[in-house]
Amino acid sequence: MSKEELDKKSMAALLGIASAWYDQMKAGEIPSISLPTRTKYNIEFDDASEVWKYGEKESMRTAASAKSATHLLKMAYVIGFVKQQLIENRSSTLREMYYISEGWKRAKFGAQDESNFLIEDLEILTEVPREGFHLRPEEDGASIYGPMRIKEMTRRGLKTIHCQDDVGGAGYSIPNNVENIEFVDHNAKFVIALETGGMYDRLIENGFDEEFDAILLHLKGQPARSTRRMLNKINATWGLPILVFTDGDPWSYRIFASVAYGAIKSAHMSELLATPRAQFVGLQPSDIRDYNLPSDKLSEKDIEALNSELTDPRFATDYWKKQINLQLEMGLKSEQQAFAARGLDFVTKKYLPERLSAMGII
Amino acid sequence: MVLADELAKQQRSISVAEFFEKNKHLLGFDSPTRGVITTIKEAVDNALDACEEAQVLPDIFISIKKVGNEVFRIIVEDNGPGIIPSQVPFVFGKLLYGSRFHQIRQTRGQQGIGISAAVLYAQLTSGTPTTVISRTGAKEPAHKFEILIRIEANEPDIISQGPIEWDRTHGTRVQIEFRSTMSAKKKLVEYLRYTSVVNPHARFRVELDDESFTFERVSQEVIACPVAIQPHPHGIEFGQLKRLAAASNQKLMDFLAGTFSRVGKKTALEMCESAGLKSTAKVGSLSADELKALLAAMQVVAVPAPPTTQCLSPIGEELIRRGLDKEFQMDFVAARTRPSSVFSGHPFMVEAAIGYGGKLPAEGNAILIRFANRVPLMYQQGACAITQCVTNVNWKAYNISQQGFPVGPILILVHVASTNVPFTSESKDAIANIPEIEKEVTLVLQELGRELKHFVSRRDRNQLAEDRARAVCAIIPELAVKVSEIVEKPVVDTAPIEGKLMRKLIAKRWTEKGKITIEINNYTGNAAEISIYDISGDNAEDATSVPAFVNEMDGQFTKVWKASIPPQTVWRVSYSGKGGGMIEIRGIEENKKMVVDLDV
Repeated sequence: MSKEELDKKSMAALLGIASAWYDQMKAGEIPSISLPTRTKYNIEFDDASEVWKYGEKESMRTAASAKSATHLLKMAYVIGFVKQQLIENRSSTLREMYYISEGWKRAKFGAQDESNFLIEDLEILTEVPREGFHLRPEEDGASIYGPMRIKEMTRRGLKTIHCQDDVGGAGYSIPNNVENIEFVDHNAKFVIALETGGMYDRLIENGFDEEFDAILLHLKGQPARSTRRMLNKINATWGLPILVFTDGDPWSYRIFASVAYGAIKSAHMSELLATPRAQFVGLQPSDIRDYNLPSDKLSEKDIEALNSELTDPRFATDYWKKQINLQLEMGLKSEQQAFAARGLDFVTKKYLPERLSAMGII
Repeated sequence: MVLADELAKQQRSISVAEFFEKNKHLLGFDSPTRGVITTIKEAVDNALDACEEAQVLPDIFISIKKVGNEVFRIIVEDNGPGIIPSQVPFVFGKLLYGSRFHQIRQTRGQQGIGISAAVLYAQLTSGTPTTVISRTGAKEPAHKFEILIRIEANEPDIISQGPIEWDRTHGTRVQIEFRSTMSAKKKLVEYLRYTSVVNPHARFRVELDDESFTFERVSQEVIACPVAIQPHPHGIEFGQLKRLAAASNQKLMDFLAGTFSRVGKKTALEMCESAGLKSTAKVGSLSADELKALLAAMQVVAVPAPPTTQCLSPIGEELIRRGLDKEFQMDFVAARTRPSSVFSGHPFMVEAAIGYGGKLPAEGNAILIRFANRVPLMYQQGACAITQCVTNVNWKAYNISQQGFPVGPILILVHVASTNVPFTSESKDAIANIPEIEKEVTLVLQELGRELKHFVSRRDRNQLAEDRARAVCAIIPELAVKVSEIVEKPVVDTAPIEGKLMRKLIAKRWTEKGKITIEINNYTGNAAEISIYDISGDNAEDATSVPAFVNEMDGQFTKVWKASIPPQTVWRVSYSGKGGGMIEIRGIEENKKMVVDLDV
């Protein structure tokens, strides 16, 4: 969709919401809006797109209590603000909008979370991603390093970049809006996404990308939307396998889940953000046992999170049930950098080659 | 010389005064700070007990002044019946001398230790004798004494005595000086406040250094003085039985029927039979073994509970409420007096109250104030059976959050009245774990919990209605303005939504560009004849509708409009000013009106 088309679509959708409220009030009704319930109990697997999306459960917000009425009022102010941005062809960050709301009196946001959540509500209602509202996230994109060439439309003009030859040691920074990137060509066999900067640097230093024709991507913890969109686009454009290598704890499995199946928070965007064919490399609970890795005891929070994952539909596979139960049984977790205990080359010379060939990647 | 002889030289009797000199903590004199509170407590207890006996409304004056380096002079003065001169030295100068120890009725002081312990404490820390002035009536002169205690003998040591001019016609004044600090001032004021809550018939005038304040009485009724009852067979112990028996020359059956409460001829006969004793046996000549058998029989035979109405003096639900209202500004107070009950033959009664909201601290644990025989218990809260009952009640069942203690703006008052309050120690700080008492305390707390739950849920319902009114009357109109601006259409009128939802008389007030507007929509089916009270700093000189009257007080103007508003119509007034203040509508039922201040 071109930028003009997106703007038009988002303007029409936003005005649609406002018009509906106007008509409700004109008819003497209390304005209301209904939204899918945004919890893990309301995500369903969509067979066609192979990603998890919001299900049928909806919750109705009626302006009959001060809290709900204020929520609708805030939404109206945001719609008014976005409408103005679209007309003037300007953009702002989510944080800037939060500060602008200072002048909205009763409709002012209490915290940035609140404005972020509201924008997500609007994305769901309008089926337009926030880029269509000319709103940018604050979070910085992650880095990528490997044998691939892209063209990026920057504010200073179109640039062609090779992600090994034209970038510094830290790699190419993924921009906020991945839609502006054109994928030119590559010489890679797979993409490996890494949770920690330490492991990303280790793989670059050990020349893993050259030895195995790999594209390395640093997730920087819970990946930003642009990072997930990047993986989705590489997979869709070039058909390269996407592999995810994280720490061996419940929080890291959620990182993998959000890459592969979409996050609960952004399930309305799963088709654009999730890469259903992404595969989990490790660190698997069975690795802790098989490689006798240095480990920590699971905390109460960890155990709670693991148990919660057992009821999360995204982890409802035999593989995950086996691994999570094994981990609960052992009561241990390890970081991916724990492989260093076996020598700095162990992870690139032994663990990854063995694991990737077992997975049929190399 | 053998060791036993050696030891024998050191063995001698210990006077009770000597014993307490070494064990001050047993009487509540463990530290100088606490000494002040204990002294005042003992003196006030005596004053209140004396006034009750004389059936006068207590007027008690309390003064604490620093008179030297760390030396404080404490004065407590009452308008009680006074003490006859020959008794004064013994009351103040001899430990364990009292009138109430042998009586079975509810009193504050019991053993006759308290005030003389304070005299002893003063003597030990400052060396100053205690000054007592007492007068028994207008026709009698007042007498002044300066008293010390001869510690080895536990006898009074009168330094000086003689008649003196005194402006009170009857009463007692005690002046004690000892080394102390005023670091417990807050606790002292708390003690006096709590005392005033459970003695709503008393007035306390207090002078603390240079501060002075009064806890007023809220009841003009003298409380009935509890009447002593006979001991109950279930509450008696061997020593007491032996003493009673030795003093009697009656036949066993007459002794039993005549000495114990609720024992008639039939019950007495049953006891004799059960003990295997002749009913005609002389009591005075019974052997120790026979008395033991008798005591056992007395416990086995069923005897009705002792009478409780005369020997106990509960405060009463109404007076507890008034006492609490006076000292704590709360949104809700409920009080309960449980029916009297008995443990080990001792009658007792539990009263309690629960207060909520108002000026109580909104966060943290509930405030618990404990009383025994109208005396606040200020120390050892954790060791007290009352505290354990409070934490054992499942407050969550009454929608009150709980972390051991209930949490929130809650005040709990528990009063245990008994002819013999079972304390954990002689300093009388905490009530012992007696299952009968615990059961009554738990029941009364549960009753009060239910009442509080009703209050809170009723309040929540009202809040919900108010919340809805805010949404409809304040936020939806704003939403209408914004939405109309976005869709570029004329501003949609939200009055129909208001009317449909509220079906009430809705008064709104808002300030805009230096103009205050009051708008009243009558969405009810009937005409409303109302008065609008608007109190603020504005005089409303240019009001579009002239007020029926305006009244100024301290720069605040009360404007009153009278309006007759037919159903489905609007009444409006506006004037220049700054706004603020408050608005009230009178002349219509509470549930038919809703006032919304849009400036808030």
